[in-house]
Amino acid sequence: MSGTVPPVVELRGVGREYGGVTALRDATLTIGRGELVAVVGPSGSGKSTLLNLMGTLDRPTSGVVRIDGHDVGGLSDRRLAALRARTIGFVFQQFHLAAGVPVLDSVADGLLYGGTPRARRRALAEEALRRVGLGHRLRHRPHELSGGEKQRCAIARAVLGDPSGASGPGGPRLLLADEPTGALDSASGRTVMGLLRDLHAAGTTVVVITHDQDIAASLPRQVRLRDGRIADDSAGGGAR
Amino acid sequence: MNDPLRAARLRPGDAVRVGASGLRTRPVRVFLSALGIAIGIAAMIAVVGISTSGREDLDRRLDALGTNLLTVAPGQSFTGGTSHLPDEAEEMIARVGPVESVGATGRVEVSVYRNDHVPEPETSGIGGYAARLGLPETVGAGIAEGAWLNEATGAYPSVVLGADAAAGLGVHEPGALVWLGGRWCVVVGILRPAPLTPELDSSALVGWAFAEEELGFDGHPTTVYARADEAAVPEVRDVLAAPANPAAPNEVKVSRPSDALAAQEAADEALGGLLLGLGAVALLVGGVGVANTMVISVLERRSEIGLRRALGATRGQVRDQFLIESLLLSALGGAGGVLAGIAVTAGYAATQGWPALVPAWAMAGGLGATLVIGGLAGFYPALRAARLAPTEALTAV
Repeated sequence: MSGTVPPVVELRGVGREYGGVTALRDATLTIGRGELVAVVGPSGSGKSTLLNLMGTLDRPTSGVVRIDGHDVGGLSDRRLAALRARTIGFVFQQFHLAAGVPVLDSVADGLLYGGTPRARRRALAEEALRRVGLGHRLRHRPHELSGGEKQRCAIARAVLGDPSGASGPGGPRLLLADEPTGALDSASGRTVMGLLRDLHAAGTTVVVITHDQDIAASLPRQVRLRDGRIADDSAGGGAR
Repeated sequence: MNDPLRAARLRPGDAVRVGASGLRTRPVRVFLSALGIAIGIAAMIAVVGISTSGREDLDRRLDALGTNLLTVAPGQSFTGGTSHLPDEAEEMIARVGPVESVGATGRVEVSVYRNDHVPEPETSGIGGYAARLGLPETVGAGIAEGAWLNEATGAYPSVVLGADAAAGLGVHEPGALVWLGGRWCVVVGILRPAPLTPELDSSALVGWAFAEEELGFDGHPTTVYARADEAAVPEVRDVLAAPANPAAPNEVKVSRPSDALAAQEAADEALGGLLLGLGAVALLVGGVGVANTMVISVLERRSEIGLRRALGATRGQVRDQFLIESLLLSALGGAGGVLAGIAVTAGYAATQGWPALVPAWAMAGGLGATLVIGGLAGFYPALRAARLAPTEALTAV
């Protein structure tokens, strides 16, 4: 690659339609390395669509999405999967931990599709769980954990194998958190947000999707969505 | 720098572990759908095992009885009437080089009764025969009770009963009297069942001389038994007609009784084929059960599929996960079915006194069939799982 470092997320005039219904239109947004960004808006404003596009789970119907410099529209399924495996970590509102499986193994699955050997995955998973303060819960199963603990597990899985956060051997990490505190009480929510701030401080690029104005206000940059458009960007870049 | 966006391949151990993960969490459903496969495989293995064990038993029995016994009997004459063998047939056959021993029986038109009060038509199907003294040795018939005829007893009203004849007459030990051809005869011996010559089982055998002198026997042998050198049996069989009846060799019927036993076994195989077909149907139904389980599994696990795609699984890796799950599920049933089939074979063979034998090809074939079925049953559900868009899978509850 050339000397200039590409932004982690770059959207240019991106639109997404679902059978004639426009979920997102003409979105232009750039997120640089190490940023901590809140994407905020009421439900139905296009937040999830934006997250899916940034996470390469979906492709735009118009415009260009570049993740870590790769044009998502031109990538095959296999290459997109590889991009997700190496670069992007997801945290969902519903945690998505496998029932009846020790959380150590669920967290270790964060590197399953990156081709890391199992012993190494489990070692990294243990380290990641200690980092999120769950070193004493390695063998527990999801139903034995509180909601906050489950979400910390999910975060551990998302940042697995990303020791430095910045462009380490695993490349830049983009953490996409979709309503990470949506299913949590406020105390657990604060712990989870604290954790995301710690990851940001360590260099990881973090995008938090939320409808909670207070949480959004507490983050350095806010991107506001309304009716499928980016209505405001506190960094000024993508606002119209 | 090599391509940074090349999808990593799952290590084989990881691929199997991921495929098995869906099975571990639903043990009851896994057990039931594997059971369907197991029943089909067990039925097929048991059918093959039982028929193989039966054939093995027959082979061992034939080895013990010998397959070198030939029987020579009069066939039909040119004009359609029944022919008969000349008196010298036995001697002439004995002169054929590879023939090791001969024996003969001749039909005597008498009926045998338990006592003289039994009404004449109730003959209980026992045939009277005159027998040469060398007969048991040649046909390999063992004596269960008493003794075989000798020079002395063969000249007097003495009789040796075949196993079925003795049972029919209610005679269990020598010394009893039976009403034979209008006179009392003393039973001197009872034969063991003779598998190669079942006609002897239902006969009453008297001495040649006694039959000629007292029972109006014409002296023509009706069956000549010959043991030949094992290696020369086919040749002897072809040439035996001429010495047996030099005047009309075409009226002589030469047969090999061990062939008849083997043919009887072959008739049983038709039934075996039917059962094998039933097993195949059971297997097919089991396969449909696995397909059904897999379709439901994919529907239930949409969010897991979405998560795996988010973690970086390619479509191919999701497809392989469900294909491997289906293969494991049916292999589990197949392995259980092979074990159950072996157990059924062993149990049945034990009740029959057979050696238990399940051919390796049947076990390998059974497992192979389950893998094919698992692959077919899992193919469509796996394809559906792979086609699921990640966003759609993730929004599923």
